[in-house]
Amino acid sequence: MKLAKISGTVVSTINFPFFDSKSLMICDLINAHGEFDGYTIAVDVVGAGVGEIVLVIDEGNSSRQIFGLETGPIRATIVGIVDQVDLEVPGDSSE
Amino acid sequence: MQLGRVQGTVVATIKSDGLEGVRFLIVQPLDKHQQPVGDPLVAADAVHMAGPGELIYFVASREAAEAMPERFVPVDHAIVGIVDQVHVVS
Repeated sequence: MKLAKISGTVVSTINFPFFDSKSLMICDLINAHGEFDGYTIAVDVVGAGVGEIVLVIDEGNSSRQIFGLETGPIRATIVGIVDQVDLEVPGDSSE
Repeated sequence: MQLGRVQGTVVATIKSDGLEGVRFLIVQPLDKHQQPVGDPLVAADAVHMAGPGELIYFVASREAAEAMPERFVPVDHAIVGIVDQVHVVS
């Protein structure tokens, strides 16, 4: 799973049927150094909002399992809202 | 999934089995501020409605083939939605 910060939303009416009534969030991915590194659009199942740090699972089979499906063009899913992260980067003396 | 802008169409008569009737479009990947990032790519149109100039979102890798009528086809990018609105705060 990856850490990400939600920075926006995507609204779509014409879409693949799987995405009907799903909530799409733009997630800025956070790398091992705590920096933003790229983004992904993920489906939200936990009710997360813009500005929150979340856990994103970026793997298709795991995501489909969440929705109880065997098929579906889904890869990234928001599966948790993060309360706190303690990060120690090896060899990095700065906090 | 990522945002993208449809730039054009691709027509191919001879295709791999299972890809009959599938439309292919040229898509420029975008960052969250809708600025181009990276090189354009060819994506299958799973919504059957996307056209040049439209803002879309696409799924990459193995999951792209999941959007096709037949599951085991050689497709690595698929358009799965047409974007009405993007709201970005930062």
